[in-house]
Amino acid sequence: MTSPLQQKLKITGPVVVTANRLGDGAVVYRSGDGSWTEELAAAAVVTTTPAAMELLTAALSDKLRAVDAYVAPVELTPHQQVLPGNLRERIRFNGPTVALPGES
Amino acid sequence: MYIYDEFDRTLVDERVREFRDQVARRLSGELTEEEFKPLRLMNGVYLQLHAYMLRIAIPYGTLSSDQMRMLAHVARRYDRGYGHFTTRQNIQFNWIKLEELPDAMADLARAGLHGMQTSGNCVRNITTDQWAGVAPDEIEDPRIWAELLRQHLTLHPEFSFLPRKFKIALTASAHDRAAVKIHDIGLRMYRNGAGETGFEVTVGGGLGRTPFLGKTIKPFLPKRDLLSYVEAIMRTYNQYGRRDNIYKARIKILVHELGAEKFAREVEEEWHSIKDGALALDPAVVADIAARFHYPDYEELADNPPELAKAREGERFRTWLANSVSNHKVSGRAIVTLSLKPEGGPPGDATAAQMDAIAELADRYSHGEIRVGHEQNLALPHVAQRDLPALRRALDEIGVATPNVNLISDIIACPGLDYCSLANARSIPVAQEITRRFRNLDVARDLGRLHINISGCINACGHHHIGHIGILGVEKNGEEYYQVTIGGRADERAELGTILGPAVPYGEIADVVEDIAAAYLELRARPDELFIDTVKRVGVDPFKERVYAAR
Amino acid sequence: MPLVKAGHIVEDRFVRVLDDAPVPEGAAVILPAARLLADARELVLRQAPTGVIWPNDRKVAELAPYLDWISLVALVFPNFRDGRAYSQARLLRERYAFRGELRATGQVLRDQLLFLQRAGFDGFEVTKEADGAAFAEAVRRYSVFYQPAADGRASTLTARRARGASGAVPSRREHVAG
Repeated sequence: MTSPLQQKLKITGPVVVTANRLGDGAVVYRSGDGSWTEELAAAAVVTTTPAAMELLTAALSDKLRAVDAYVAPVELTPHQQVLPGNLRERIRFNGPTVALPGES
Repeated sequence: MYIYDEFDRTLVDERVREFRDQVARRLSGELTEEEFKPLRLMNGVYLQLHAYMLRIAIPYGTLSSDQMRMLAHVARRYDRGYGHFTTRQNIQFNWIKLEELPDAMADLARAGLHGMQTSGNCVRNITTDQWAGVAPDEIEDPRIWAELLRQHLTLHPEFSFLPRKFKIALTASAHDRAAVKIHDIGLRMYRNGAGETGFEVTVGGGLGRTPFLGKTIKPFLPKRDLLSYVEAIMRTYNQYGRRDNIYKARIKILVHELGAEKFAREVEEEWHSIKDGALALDPAVVADIAARFHYPDYEELADNPPELAKAREGERFRTWLANSVSNHKVSGRAIVTLSLKPEGGPPGDATAAQMDAIAELADRYSHGEIRVGHEQNLALPHVAQRDLPALRRALDEIGVATPNVNLISDIIACPGLDYCSLANARSIPVAQEITRRFRNLDVARDLGRLHINISGCINACGHHHIGHIGILGVEKNGEEYYQVTIGGRADERAELGTILGPAVPYGEIADVVEDIAAAYLELRARPDELFIDTVKRVGVDPFKERVYAAR
Repeated sequence: MPLVKAGHIVEDRFVRVLDDAPVPEGAAVILPAARLLADARELVLRQAPTGVIWPNDRKVAELAPYLDWISLVALVFPNFRDGRAYSQARLLRERYAFRGELRATGQVLRDQLLFLQRAGFDGFEVTKEADGAAFAEAVRRYSVFYQPAADGRASTLTARRARGASGAVPSRREHVAG
């Protein structure tokens, strides 16, 4: 998908801020208390552009723990479960869609 | 293969130490990501979707068995037990942690391996024919010249911050297995009318958003002038390549905008000032490098030994022999290609167990040497013909003896959206599905030599422009779509493919490939007319009609 | 920005003169390129050192007529990834035999210091104080160099040849022609 790092901010649904952890490159999400979590369920979900900008700005200024933060869409199920909002984010969250070599 | 001396070893060790310091300064915050990123790229460290990716150089595709064992060790110790061989004769590990990278680099350095300049705006891994040194049709081993260039351009103080990446390839055979025409600099070794060996120099080849084939700017360059002439090209590019737009920063754009003739004149003018200076290649300097190239002490053997004749009675052996084994310049020997394209597998991947097993087989059957090709297969370059039956059985046991080399299921693919943060669409599952559709080897053999190249985005790491069938992943409304081209070629008759028709969705791409194959069977003049020649003869329209008739 | 020369942070004796400002008498000055070219005839008579700051998108060949009397050329790295001034530096040292101070300005960071020195720079307006303090360490990171450059350090081209002859690695400097 077009790299989200180049997109203009235009919030049309629920979003989170995501990045890669500096030390190991793992996919992480910004949570409400300013920490980073690997659990999408614990991520701060916002629905307006100003809220997204605020979350993103805070994330970007945290240069030490996470790299290349950006705003990513999520999907909220009827039971308020948070799911990745597009294929790229599904792959980032779940891993490659293909079995890794050596796995059956 | 080239054996490091103490200078080479020291340089790599010093590089590891420098990188360890740089990583520490990044982790402490002393270096910002913006300051660190070009430094880590120059060590082959990318940040991808799931983790850091480490790209290790395999200079001109030559690997020792000890080096292969070290790659297996890195895969096990620092990664998830496998690696991916790339279209530029490198290997990639997809799950590396930044914190562990200095230790991984230190381990690799013990085997003379590194990630220097496998990314970044500098000169990348210099590639050549994976059969260099053993191909019957080569005039001399291009790897010596590749090594001279590699050293000259490693940590070159003037050319480490170029406008963009820079890729060089060499060939020394009439049949170009290194795709030199799609490189920033292509060097074709040949013998001129006077019997002298030199280089035809092409510049400005490259794929991506604006694909170009390289243009000849120097029809014959004597060997003595190789370093100085390349220096002149690099200096011209460094000064005049565009810095304002990353999509226009490759040398191919500069050559296109100036025109090949004007560009050649600029280079010539610069070159005249330096051609007789310190970079003029003294035969003693060349001899010194050549002296550290190790060639096997071949036992004298005859072609077609009795073991071979006997084994030919078996159908599986015969099939594999005809497909995966090629002639060697020394009698009694053969070059064996190991297919990393099993049915349903991700193209170009090998597990740590496979790497160890291949290293073992290289020791036993190939004088400890392995090759990596840009088609993402491996080769054992020094096999005795009498060992072929035993070798085939061993290769089959580790899953690298699928006799599909150069056939439709021998697919070249980038990692795509499953791994890569630049991608628009996935490429691996597309490749896997195609290999399933064409699992029947009789069908694949009937289709003959047919190269499919898949890229997950316009950066074209899968080299789709030069595939007989090229597949490019694009995004439409958040969905994966694929644009198909046909008629591309990577060799000495290099050509860019032609778009077949509108992009098709993920669910249909394998069907399209089947339809193209069916169209070829219908359109070919004879069973032995290759797909690429049929396309050349009839053009793209008959294919387009058949493929898009029902779409 | 701290200035590093001969491995240490030093006082900058040169004063930057902006486009139309008067050139102070008796002071070492760095002038913009246009100023040098326009006023060369007067400037050559100055009793104090004159330097120029040269943009990275202009041929250094234009400076050739002045190189025998100007004391300093400052080249520019608008950001550290823009490497044009490396070529300019080498040309000034190796083609035009410039012997005055060659100064790196703009975004000048620790991890480029050795490349800069190899390209011929001997003055460094480092962006970070800490990088200035680490200069000596930064330029000693490597002892092996594959290619000759403007700094005169022996490359493997010559070191290996000498080793072959005598078995010992020489420490002599080599000259790069052209």
